[in-house]
Amino acid sequence: MSEFALQAGGVSRFRPMSRQEALGRLRLGDLVFRGLTRAAALAVLGVLGAVIIALMVGAWPALREFGFGFLIDETWNPVTERFGAIAPIYGTLVTSLIAMVIAVPVGLMIAMFLTELCPMWLRRPIGIAIELLAGIPSIIYGIWGLFVLAPFLQQTLQPALIALFGPVPLLNTVFAGPPYGIGVLTAGLILAIMVLPFITSIARDVFEAVPPVLKEAAYGLGCTTWEVVRYVVLPYARVGVIGGVMLGLGRALGETMAVTFVIGNAHRISGSILAPGTTISATIANEFTEAVGDLYTSALIALGLILFVITLIVLSIARYLLLQLERRAGV
Amino acid sequence: MRFNRTLVAAGFAAALVIPAAAADISGAGATFPYPVYAKWADAYKKETGIGLNYQSIGSGGGIKQIRAKTVTFGATDAPLSGKDLEADGLVQFPMVMGGIVPVLNIDGVKPGELVLDGPTLAKIFLGDIKTWDDAAIKALNPNAKLPSQAIAIVHRSDGSGTTYNFTYYLAQVSDTWKAKVGANTAVQWPAGIGAKGNEGVANNVAQTKGSIGYVEYAYAKQNKLTYANMINKAGKTVSPTAASFQAAAANADWNSQPGYGVILANQPGDTSWPMTAATWILVHKKPQDPAATAEVLKFFAWSYAKGAKMADELDYVPMPSNVVADVQKTWTREIKDASGNPLFTASN
Repeated sequence: MSEFALQAGGVSRFRPMSRQEALGRLRLGDLVFRGLTRAAALAVLGVLGAVIIALMVGAWPALREFGFGFLIDETWNPVTERFGAIAPIYGTLVTSLIAMVIAVPVGLMIAMFLTELCPMWLRRPIGIAIELLAGIPSIIYGIWGLFVLAPFLQQTLQPALIALFGPVPLLNTVFAGPPYGIGVLTAGLILAIMVLPFITSIARDVFEAVPPVLKEAAYGLGCTTWEVVRYVVLPYARVGVIGGVMLGLGRALGETMAVTFVIGNAHRISGSILAPGTTISATIANEFTEAVGDLYTSALIALGLILFVITLIVLSIARYLLLQLERRAGV
Repeated sequence: MRFNRTLVAAGFAAALVIPAAAADISGAGATFPYPVYAKWADAYKKETGIGLNYQSIGSGGGIKQIRAKTVTFGATDAPLSGKDLEADGLVQFPMVMGGIVPVLNIDGVKPGELVLDGPTLAKIFLGDIKTWDDAAIKALNPNAKLPSQAIAIVHRSDGSGTTYNFTYYLAQVSDTWKAKVGANTAVQWPAGIGAKGNEGVANNVAQTKGSIGYVEYAYAKQNKLTYANMINKAGKTVSPTAASFQAAAANADWNSQPGYGVILANQPGDTSWPMTAATWILVHKKPQDPAATAEVLKFFAWSYAKGAKMADELDYVPMPSNVVADVQKTWTREIKDASGNPLFTASN
């Protein structure tokens, strides 16, 4: 009874409305909605702009003092206040490169196995394990790297590498000792584990999105699994795969805490990837709190600006590659 | 130290958003004395009801914050020069002392078995001595069995008062170090790997065979690391103990530097530990909030008077009583409110 009464009351509140009035109300709703969404989108631009301006203003004293030399100078001397960014830039790029060299093939192989070859009952456990890997906070990776991985590498992999490549010219510089355990290679390995879930889970999603009819047609023609993956799945999914790789690369470039623990934090460029180095984000994290003097602080902010620019360049290259691929494929 | 960034963020947030509660003392700075300040503060609160809000964000941060007047006192392990103190209108006084020890990790070498002197230590950290069986180390340790293992140097990656005192000592004993590296809270290390915080260096040394690093004595003790004995300025071999730190402090001439800014490295005396370090407090001479600064002075006066035992328990060395009396005279003489009345008199 009471429900009926309420309904009746509700109905009686409606009054006939002209078409114009109804449309007007809708338009108002539209306007408000458009305004809100636009404000949200512009806010992102505004924040980005503000970050760039703040970085530039903060970096200006160092850039004015050292000029272009800031980019190519290896000195990082808080005593004499001479700063150069090349060692952290080098470390950032090399650790990310090592991470990608390991994580891209492994990540793609995991995704291929999961989508094409894995028995159904095993898919979920492996899939969940990969996603859990992405959920581990980076400081945990850092601690694990310092306490478990680094001593292990110092006693096993690193002496083996040094001994193996000792007689080989060029490679004996890349793998020159002594084995510290921590260093550029260890940081690259940790990064590889950290970016693996990004690459794997995105690659798996795009592989799964490949229409079964394409794959079945290829199998019908007598293709092997490898041929199906190579000539059907990968070409179809390439844009998504590159997207996943770039997401991983972005994370590798900016990763701070885990790298700080295991890279050795030395402002030097060494030919050996077993030697300690530093990255841009590790340098900032290490030194910002105790940076005394305007020039020191400014040099650290300038490093932040450089990382920002590197990330921008990487993203632009990724966009350009995608564009080229799409054009070539005639999509 | 490891969570420094969070602490800084929290510190800034707290400093910006919440004005320090009227009853609490606010300070920021060095991480090295933080354990003892925290212990004193705890006991002081039980006695007086007045708490201490100390952000251990590092000496550099402490100096910045006291300059910006966001805290009532700053704390630093690297003393400011007389000129800087003058320019910012600050008074500086030493609060507590400790020792820095070389720690190492060589199979078969026990704590105190290895002896080093300043020049050799400098050569190791310069990267000139590369292996443990180097002639210079052997000459100091004729009976030790030293491996031909490569030396892995571990230093601080973050700016630190510990680094300041350590590099200051090396610059005192080695001209090469003075010319090539110098002394500061952060330097351009010629060799080795960097680790964050005293605990980071301690961990890295514990993990890495053939390594050598430097930490505050308390960290060497807690982590049961192998420390080396040192040959001091008088040519005597000494072990790092509270007694040898105290001996170094006893021989110091505290009035030789403005703001008691005496670095206790390489002090004379047969029993002086060569790498002893003090840590300082900074307050404004004419504070904006005289009542808060008066509370700060009261707290530190209480700590000088009653904190010695607590400092001792944490392996810090309390200041000698003659220095304390002198510091308190300085307070009365220099720290004044707007109308020129001293904020501290020895009787209270």
